[in-house]
This record gives sequence, C-alpha cells and structure tokens, in this order.
Amino acid sequence: MNIVVLLKAVPVVGTEKLDSGLLTDRSVQLEANGNDEYLLEKALKLTEAHGGEVVTLTVGPAGATEPIRKALAMGTARAVHVADDGLRGSDMRATLEVIAAALKKMQPWDLVFAGADTSDGQGGVLGAALAVRLGLPYLSYASEIEPTDAGGVRIHRFNPTGYDILEAPTPAVVMGTQLLGAPRYPSLRGIMQARTKPVETWSLADLGLTPAIVGAGAATTKTLDASKPPERAGATFVREAPDEAVAKVVEFLAARRLI
Amino acid sequence: MGGQIWAIGEISDGAPTKLTLELATLARTLAEESGGEAQTVLIGTGASGAAPAAAAYGPDVLAVEANADGRPVASVVAARVAALVAERKPDFLLIGASNDGKDICGMLLGLTDLPLLANGAGVAWGEGAPNVEMSTFGGKLVTHSTFAGTRGMVIVRPASVTAEPATAPGKVETVAVDVADELPAVKVTGSVEESGAAAPIEEARIIVGAGRGIGSPEGLKVIEDLAAAIGGAVGATRAVVDSGWVPYGQQIGQTGKIVKPSLYLACGISGAIQHKVGVQTANTIVAINRDADAPIAEFADLFVVGDLFEIVPKLAAAIRARKSGSA
Ligand SMILES: Cc1cc2nc3c(=O)[nH]c(=O)nc-3n(C[C@H](O)[C@H](O)[C@H](O)COP(=O)(O)OP(=O)(O)OC[C@H]3O[C@@H](n4cnc5c(N)ncnc54)[C@H](O)[C@@H]3O)c2cc1C
Ligand SMILES: Nc1ncnc2c1ncn2[C@@H]1O[C@H](COP(=O)(O)O)[C@@H](O)[C@H]1O
Repeated sequence: MNIVVLLKAVPVVGTEKLDSGLLTDRSVQLEANGNDEYLLEKALKLTEAHGGEVVTLTVGPAGATEPIRKALAMGTARAVHVADDGLRGSDMRATLEVIAAALKKMQPWDLVFAGADTSDGQGGVLGAALAVRLGLPYLSYASEIEPTDAGGVRIHRFNPTGYDILEAPTPAVVMGTQLLGAPRYPSLRGIMQARTKPVETWSLADLGLTPAIVGAGAATTKTLDASKPPERAGATFVREAPDEAVAKVVEFLAARRLI
Repeated sequence: MGGQIWAIGEISDGAPTKLTLELATLARTLAEESGGEAQTVLIGTGASGAAPAAAAYGPDVLAVEANADGRPVASVVAARVAALVAERKPDFLLIGASNDGKDICGMLLGLTDLPLLANGAGVAWGEGAPNVEMSTFGGKLVTHSTFAGTRGMVIVRPASVTAEPATAPGKVETVAVDVADELPAVKVTGSVEESGAAAPIEEARIIVGAGRGIGSPEGLKVIEDLAAAIGGAVGATRAVVDSGWVPYGQQIGQTGKIVKPSLYLACGISGAIQHKVGVQTANTIVAINRDADAPIAEFADLFVVGDLFEIVPKLAAAIRARKSGSA
C-alpha cells in the first residue's frame, strides 16, 4: 500500500502574520500543519503493518524544507516539494490545480491522505476537491483507516454520536482527523537516515502548468483589510478563599449579564 | 444588481438544520442589501417535507428529493447542486461549515469553476459581491475578503447570524435533478453509536471547558454539573479528549473546534496556544486554575486562583440559588 500524505507547511501556530500585501507571511518559521501529522502517523503505521511506502507532497516555499525533513525522520521514504516563486499568493483553486497535477505525476499510489483543515486557512475542502478532480472516491473525517481484504479501503467517519463505516475501492482520497492518533517523535536514527533520503523539488514547469493560473495575479479572491480585534484588558485575579471567590465570580458574571 | 444568492441547506431527521435556517436568513438579508434574489436549496431524502420549515425564513425553496442509497450524503448533494448550478447559474452560494457542508463545498470546488472563501464569520453585501469577515489565525486578526469576479462560494460558520423567520414565507418548488455522472462510489456499510449527542459547542452561548485539571472521568461530573446549572455546553482540551474522558466533537482548539461563546469558563486548563486559538474570541473568559502563572492568564478576563474541586461545585450551587431567587 503506497500512500501520499499531503503535508502543508504552515507558520508556527501563534506566530502567523500577514505581509504588506495582506497575504500570509510564509517567510517566518514553518511547521507541519497539525492535522496533517495525524495522517502522517497513520500512514506510517499502515505501511509498517501492510507494506508499501509513505511519500509526502508539499506545495510551499523554501522554508517548508524543515517540516519535510522532520517527516523523513519520522519514517517517510521520500518527499516531493513543489516550490516556485510564481506560487506566492495562490488561492484555493490554484492550490488545487497544482496538487492535482503533482499527484498525477507521482502515480501510481493507492491512497492520498489529507488533513481535516489547516491552522493558517481553515478551509477543510482540499481533500474533497482533489478527489473530484482526480475522479476518485472520497472518504472524510476518518477516525480509523484500514485496508479491506478486497484491496480497498475502509474508514470510520466520525460524527457527533459515534461513526459511520465507509468503504471504497482504491485509489482513493482519505481526509482524516486527530482521532487517528498522536504523531511519533523522530528517533535519533530516523534523523540520521533522513539526511540521505531523497527530496524531489518540482517547479510549475516540471508539472506542465502555466504560471498564468497560479499566484496572486490569478487569485479569484482577495483580502481587503485586516485589523486586530480589541485587546483584552488583562485578567483580574481572585485569590480569596472559595466561598468569597465564588461570590466574586457570581458578581462578575451578573454584572456582565451572563447569569 | 446582486443576482442570485443561494443558501445550500442540510436536512437532519426530516427537518432543515439550524445552520440551514441561518444561511436562509443570511441569503435573504444579502438579497435585500444587493437588490438580488435569494433561494434556499434543500437536497436529500425528505427534502420536500423539510422545505416549508426552511421557506418560513424567506427565500423560496428549491427542494430536490434524492435518496442517498447507502452513499455519503455530501456526494449526493454536491452532484445535484453542481447540476443545478450549471442549469440556473446562480451568482453566489452560501454553504455551512458543518462536516457535510465542507465536504459539499470541497466537491463543488472540483465540480464547478466557482471561487471559494472559506471560514466566513460574517457576510455583508460589498461592492458587487459578498464581503466576508473572517477570524484569521485563531482570532488574532479580523479580515475582510471578497471575490475578484462576480461569482463565488462562501463557507459560513455556525452562529455567524441569528436565524429569523421572514414576515412573508417563500414558495416551495420541488424539482427533479438528473445527474449524468454520480461521484465515484463510496459505500456506507454500517453505523456505530458510541454516545448520546452532546450539546453542540459551536452553537452554545456558554461553554464550560474541562482541562486535565479535572484529573479523572469522575472529575468531569463537577464540570457537567456547572454546565447544567448555568445552561451551557461542555467543551474540553485535547488532553482530556486524548484521555477518552470527553468525545472529540467537544474539543476546542487548533485540531478541534473553533468557538465564540459569550462566556467561556475554563476549568483546570493551562491555556496552551493550540487551545487558545479555538476560543480566544469568546466575549468573556473566566479561568479557574490553581496555578496563577498558567498561560491562560494572558487571555482570561477573570482568573480564580484555586482548586477547581472546591470552586466549581460552590459556583454551581451559587448560580442555582441565584436562579431560584433565593440568593
Ligand atoms: C498539533 C497540535 C494540535 C493540538 N490541538 C489542540 C486542540 O485542538 N485543543 C487543545 O486543547 N489542545 C491541543 N493541543 C494540545 C495543547 O498543546 C495542550 O497540550 C493542551 O491544550 C493542554 O490541555 P490542558 O490545559 O487540559 O492540560 P495541561 O496543560 O496539563 O493543564 C492542566 C492545568 O490544570 C491545572 N490544574 C490541575 N489540577 C487542578 C485543580 N485541581 N484545580 C485547578 N486547576 C488545576 C494546572 O495548573 C494546569 O494549568 C494540540 C497540540 C498539538 C501539538
Ligand atoms: N500547500 C499544500 N501542500 C500540501 N498539502 C496541502 C496544501 N494545502 C492543503 N493541503 C492539504 O489539504 C488539507 C486541507 O487543506 P485546506 O482545505 O486548505 O484546509 C491539508 O490538511 C493538507 O493535507
């Protein structure tokens, strides 16, 4: 079972900012998108149990190298990094076209894993869009993923009261959640091995894509303005003994008409 | 001229979901602001039965009966919305940020050439297109975005608008949609129920958050009791969800849900950045933590330094006493 994990490199959570053009500033330190690491861990477990290899695909700037190396240290076989100055400011449609083109070039694979959403964009739509674009089955909100005896894939799709069981033939696109399990830490041995594992860097030209369809110039959406929400005044501390403390909380809540 | 604005609804237990009624209200408001027309689209089993309840919110309802036949609902809905979009050419679609809504929208991104603005927290009519407000980077920034052209899709978060019935209800039109190419087959082969449905935290005005400080599943009881006393929903940190004490659907944070309640009562929660990004836009935050140096002090309004097992039960009792008028 060969699995491609879509690994987005996002600004370290809490340090994000916009640049002067109101685009997400990606020149800051990047980390692997939190949700993508859950899928990465599941992919590694599946290939350890059933054979095959895990390859990550990242579309992003040069700074994405660090999270890509970390994934190699965790156990991926190799990585594909689509990097091109022309990609700056790409909207969702452009990202979709680039990832779809890269996945076609990377064939054959059995499964593509996507995260439930991203910490810098919160789209949560790319997996579904890709599946449709590639003409493949789409299974989403996975809390469990396993191969079927017939060579297909079975997932548990998380819902508020439990889960549905979904099955499809492969190749297929699976979008998954945190319930798949916490990612492992790279071992020292893994970190050593990662140094010699191959990272292929592709440009738009390598994918046969024209720069006209990507980047800020081709964006179908635009950010008009950004502002900081009003700052909190800072916490008032209540250090009294429980009965008195509770009376203060009640007074505070009542003054704000919350009770 | 605002053209056609569609609210893409969802059906649950034969009725439109709360989010659907919010989208219908929003479509109506945008049409009023733009001088365009609003329409609610309901697709699925029981669509025509659910339609009048949606029509009460103003826009005419296009109801499409479609049996999922053991397929995931989103794939059935998306294929039909795409066919309707090709035929009737609406200008803007509003889609809810539920799991199915995001799946539908993602599929439509692949099936149509409509641009997308995800993560809308408020939508007004701008210059020839919706102006979409977003809470960006976990509430660090408020941004406004729009479309470069005159068509597009907006994903709208729950509770971004208040659903309000219209003075004049819309009409219901039931149509059949032929879909030449269904999306590739995925089969739903079973369904497992693990717990009762908890109050959805995205819609709650008050959330009582449980952190690792509750110590054990038994510790959750005092949190649930406070939530019951104050009329709120129970939320949790990843630490608590990872321990299996609270279902994942109630997790707040980076890889859980993003919420914006009027009041967040954080009990035994340190306030890690990955939790903060899910709740820092709450109007009021009260923390109960025995460590006065916990990072949550940086974004709380009131910080009670103490043992939650002493404070929380007393707080629940005091709120009950106040509500029953004996305080
Ligand atoms: C990729 C990624 C994604 C993540 N996503 C999320 C997410 O979506 N949501 C999330 O919440 N976390 C998330 N995390 C985890 C996050 O980093 C923290 O580990 C987590 O939020 C900590 O939860 P906690 O506050 O319950 O526990 P702790 O950090 O252990 O804090 C417990 C607090 O309880 C206090 N306490 C203990 N006993 C008592 C008592 N008796 N009375 C009063 N106070 C007491 C302690 O002083 C302490 O401050 C994520 C992490 C990563 C790496
Ligand atoms: N630039 C990218 N490179 C690689 N994977 C991506 C990229 N953007 C999105 N993805 C994948 O698609 C998922 C959903 O993204 P989104 O719809 O943008 O929230 C992410 O969790 C990733 O798995």
